[in-house]
Amino acid sequence: MTLTQQIIIIACVVLGTLTTRFLPFIIFSSDKETPLYIKYLGYMLPPAVFGLLVVYALREVEITSVSGFLPEILAVGLIIILHYWKKSMLLSIAGGTIFYMILVQMVF
Amino acid sequence: MSFDNHVSTLKYAFPKTIPILAGFSFLGIAYGIYMNSLGFGPWYAILMSVFIFAGSMEFVAGSMLLGAFNPLSAFLLTLMINARHLFYGISMLDKFKGTGKKKYYLIYGMCDETFVINSTEKAPAHINSGWFMFYVTVLNQIYWVGGTTIGSLFGSAVTFNTEGLEFVMTALFVVIFLDQWMKERYHISSIIGIGASVFCLVIFGPENFIIPAMVLILIALTLIRKAMAKREVIS
Repeated sequence: MTLTQQIIIIACVVLGTLTTRFLPFIIFSSDKETPLYIKYLGYMLPPAVFGLLVVYALREVEITSVSGFLPEILAVGLIIILHYWKKSMLLSIAGGTIFYMILVQMVF
Repeated sequence: MSFDNHVSTLKYAFPKTIPILAGFSFLGIAYGIYMNSLGFGPWYAILMSVFIFAGSMEFVAGSMLLGAFNPLSAFLLTLMINARHLFYGISMLDKFKGTGKKKYYLIYGMCDETFVINSTEKAPAHINSGWFMFYVTVLNQIYWVGGTTIGSLFGSAVTFNTEGLEFVMTALFVVIFLDQWMKERYHISSIIGIGASVFCLVIFGPENFIIPAMVLILIALTLIRKAMAKREVIS
């Protein structure tokens, strides 16, 4: 690819990303009242999206071998315990991540 | 807003972004090293992080630059990979109202992690929520671009074993999900999100499950709308 072609490709990726981010705000502009159905979705979507993001982050987990899923399950388990116990975002994230690193580097 | 107010808003916003600082420094460095390994000079990774600012998409864009020249497929693939941002926009329609010109940057910079923080944080009364969200967005982009810059310039100098560090982003999403779970009265939306995503992941595989999962989530939320209205979930 020439430099111009590379710039065009990058511009297309920028345009695509901008489209997905701006489209809802263009369709439902703030001058008009947002339809009730969209308000309902706006209210209900975040918990579902967080669930989607958790699954998205764990999408490469392999269930065919123990080392492909056990570190993830154990680390997520530890995060759940830590978070119910101390409710500290940083402790849960740091604890879970360090535990996961130990597991994948030394155990599995 | 006075200078002191800006300082106090920034001081309030920074601690909320520390997990992102950890995650983005690492992932940004990884991205810089990755682009370097594909044979691109530092400016590619840095400028793509500034202008695209969508982590997973930037990795894909790197490999696109090595393939055949096909702008339309680049555009369409981006729409598909980033389609989840449509949901972020719908969720933030009300929150971004009245934020003035900052709104354009808030939308531009709304990656997964920024959305997660801005949609869950309720700034206290003395903090202007528009500026709070602005600083969260700016800080996160600084971390990402900073990480990318370090990675593309000095990536080869990293010597300690970082295997598994990328799990910090997974941990963040799990914690956000738990926080939401602990405070919500009905878990139906959280369950739909996990259920629809796992179902589609099994059926469509890791590369193609997001859009079917989004469709399934929309259908499920639409079907339960009447039942939710009866429970006065939404006034």
